[in-house]
Amino acid sequence: MNEKVPVIEMRDVTKVFPGVIANDHINLAVHEGEVLGLLGENGAGKSVLMSILYGLYQPTEGEIFVRGKPVAITGPKVAIEQGIGMVHQHFMLVPVFTVAENIVLGDEPITNVGTLNTAKAVNEIKALSEKYNLEVDPHAKIEDISVGMGQRVEILKTMYRGAQVLILDEPTAVLTPQEIKGLFEIMHSLTEAGFPVIFISHKLKELMEVCDRVTVIRRGKMIGTIDIEDASPQILASMMVGRDVVLEVEKKPSQPKEVVLEVENIHAVGLNDLPVLNGVSFKVHAGEIVGIAGVAGNGQSELIEVITGLHKANSGDVRLNNETITNHSAKEIIHKGIATIPEDRHHRGLVLDFSIADNGVLGSHDQPPFARWIQRMFDAIRAYADKFIQEFDVRTPNQEAQVKNLSGGNQQKVIIAREIGRKPDLLIAAQPTRGVDVGAIEFIHRRIIEQRDAGKAVLVISNELDEVMGLSDRILVMFHGEIVGEILAKDATEDELGLYMAGAKRNTPSSPKEVSK
Amino acid sequence: MEILFSVLTVSLFAATIRSATPLVLAALGGIFSERSGIVNIALEGIMLIGAFFAMMISFYANQYGLPPLVSALTGMVGAMVFGFLISMIHAVVSIRFRADQVVGGVAINILALGLTGFLLQLIFETSGNSPSVPNLAAMPIPILASIPILGGIFFNQSPIVYVALLAVPISSFVLFRTPLGLRLRAVGEHPKAADTVGVNVFRLRYLGVGLSGVLAGLAGSYLSLGQLNIFTENMTNGRGFIALAAVIFGKWNPWGAFGACLLFGFADAIQISLQNAGVNIPSDFLLMLPYILTLVALAGFIGRSRPPAAAGVSYEK
Repeated sequence: MNEKVPVIEMRDVTKVFPGVIANDHINLAVHEGEVLGLLGENGAGKSVLMSILYGLYQPTEGEIFVRGKPVAITGPKVAIEQGIGMVHQHFMLVPVFTVAENIVLGDEPITNVGTLNTAKAVNEIKALSEKYNLEVDPHAKIEDISVGMGQRVEILKTMYRGAQVLILDEPTAVLTPQEIKGLFEIMHSLTEAGFPVIFISHKLKELMEVCDRVTVIRRGKMIGTIDIEDASPQILASMMVGRDVVLEVEKKPSQPKEVVLEVENIHAVGLNDLPVLNGVSFKVHAGEIVGIAGVAGNGQSELIEVITGLHKANSGDVRLNNETITNHSAKEIIHKGIATIPEDRHHRGLVLDFSIADNGVLGSHDQPPFARWIQRMFDAIRAYADKFIQEFDVRTPNQEAQVKNLSGGNQQKVIIAREIGRKPDLLIAAQPTRGVDVGAIEFIHRRIIEQRDAGKAVLVISNELDEVMGLSDRILVMFHGEIVGEILAKDATEDELGLYMAGAKRNTPSSPKEVSK
Repeated sequence: MEILFSVLTVSLFAATIRSATPLVLAALGGIFSERSGIVNIALEGIMLIGAFFAMMISFYANQYGLPPLVSALTGMVGAMVFGFLISMIHAVVSIRFRADQVVGGVAINILALGLTGFLLQLIFETSGNSPSVPNLAAMPIPILASIPILGGIFFNQSPIVYVALLAVPISSFVLFRTPLGLRLRAVGEHPKAADTVGVNVFRLRYLGVGLSGVLAGLAGSYLSLGQLNIFTENMTNGRGFIALAAVIFGKWNPWGAFGACLLFGFADAIQISLQNAGVNIPSDFLLMLPYILTLVALAGFIGRSRPPAAAGVSYEK
């Protein structure tokens, strides 16, 4: 271990919000040239802790030392002066400004007459981006660049201000696998140049890959710091969750029965009338989980929307229990027995400003027992909310809390409780664990498998290959709006699926049913 | 057709500039406010306050023996001060107390109408027109005013017109060429991003709203001291809202808004000219012209006009 004075040390930092102890005597130290992982579930207090370090919150108790000297970080300005740079999970970039304007904002180089010196800004940025190998286009507008470049802009922003420590708050959540690799290379070159990096994440694989040490917090409490040589994903997971976690999905072989959903030769167009679905056909049986894999943007989203009545099919047929539901209204389709966990819970799944109780009955809000005639039945709604909060372990002070104040995992649990509560014949789960922590992932996976074992048909769509492979009994691969491959999950390998996903291989069986049996 | 050509004279274009001036000043104010993230529909009320206090201060300054021109200039400055003070009500309500900015603006418009009417009654014991006061009439600029055509249109005007014409490039310069402008726009687009790099969001928003107060107050003073020499009840008559339309029409850009104001000013001027030329169109219809133009402009023939992303959204740390 490093005996030198840590670059940043937080000692006994406590933050109390009304009614909640977000951080309870947390200790953390990061040394020159190391990557310190900060691990915890959503809502464990990682972001609060880092916000304290960056001066966005003031600690209730405790001290912060920068290179051995105590400092009171009263605002982001002080943090910047102390050489602390933070890349926020949600980028702090002005979309209509250029890369250069965003980087210099608040610390602008000026000309002799006091105007913005854009040329100087661009030159400084070019120099920095070469020095740290962070490729950006200073003249491009933020709204036109990729997420990966946006992240490099954020890192350059901190470097421009002379950062000596870099905090990365969940930096990989929004990146593609290739961009994640690029980010890790950047982190390596930074630590080689002596910069310590604090890497906040709940993705165990990534922490194992880049960190030297990992500090774990759970529900605001310090659990400990572990050297990466002594750690494993299993150890980290149990430190984070507080019990042994099953990282692999465990399930019995499926017992497929009658066909519940039949999709036949669906064609649909998207933006600008470009074809997005080109003759998709498949079946889902009761008692099986069918997974759809594919690179995002190959028609998966539109397929779900067609099935659930949110997107018009130009031709083809969707049948539920042998009854045509093609292009029926979303409401009708829900009542016919399809429940959906939508891929974007903020956009489609929840009314963020509504309470947990109200979100819990959305879609059934006009049905008994939650409504009678034109009147909402609040007793029934409240009783139902209490029941599912208990049953699905939604962590919230009470059922009146607005869902926007819940963590991602808890928001997702509200949706899953609601959708499973409909007692559907078919459950569609799109990106069911996106932005959800390990403990909740395990919980959600178990719930989905329970539905299958109860004899429901389940359709899972996910960009995470691990998830599709772990959950499904049968895997379909989508490419350019078509189903290009079908494999039984037990025979599937990542490599083979990858070939289908890239469009380099195809097999379209004439009768899916025979394959599944 | 002949009548149409006969009205296209230097005096028509000079009248266009005169009609556009209060719109230009108020629109520039609106741009500063909205660029900083505060929707300011109180421009109308602030203008009215400016118009009233310009008149009142000019009146009293003259009573106390100041020469007419000095009295009028004092009135003009007073209008800016009172415009600023009224705008600070809007600023505190929407920035400090995070109230709905549209509701706050409406309240100020109603307040201004009531307050000016009340003060007119209280101080001057009249309910229509104030007494005449020293004003800022046309002041030809030597040499420039003698340029053919252009001199007559631009350089034989009230001093406030000159201020308005200068304010356009200055505003554009401040917004797009200086660090201050960059920060002001940043807090209107993404206040949190500005906050995390140490830019004081609240201070810049107060500045944006304050500038809108000063400029709208000045716009008001032009109504009572530039175009006339009296204050009449509700003399703004919707100009603040037309200025707001010009902000949107001009895509929150000073030059764009200037162009929109000229268009509205032209519609107003030609309406008067056509009436004077005895065109056989009902005057009521001609009076509608500027407003119809505003509606057409807002209905989107300008194409996509994107407001500052955080305009109307209060910022909470």
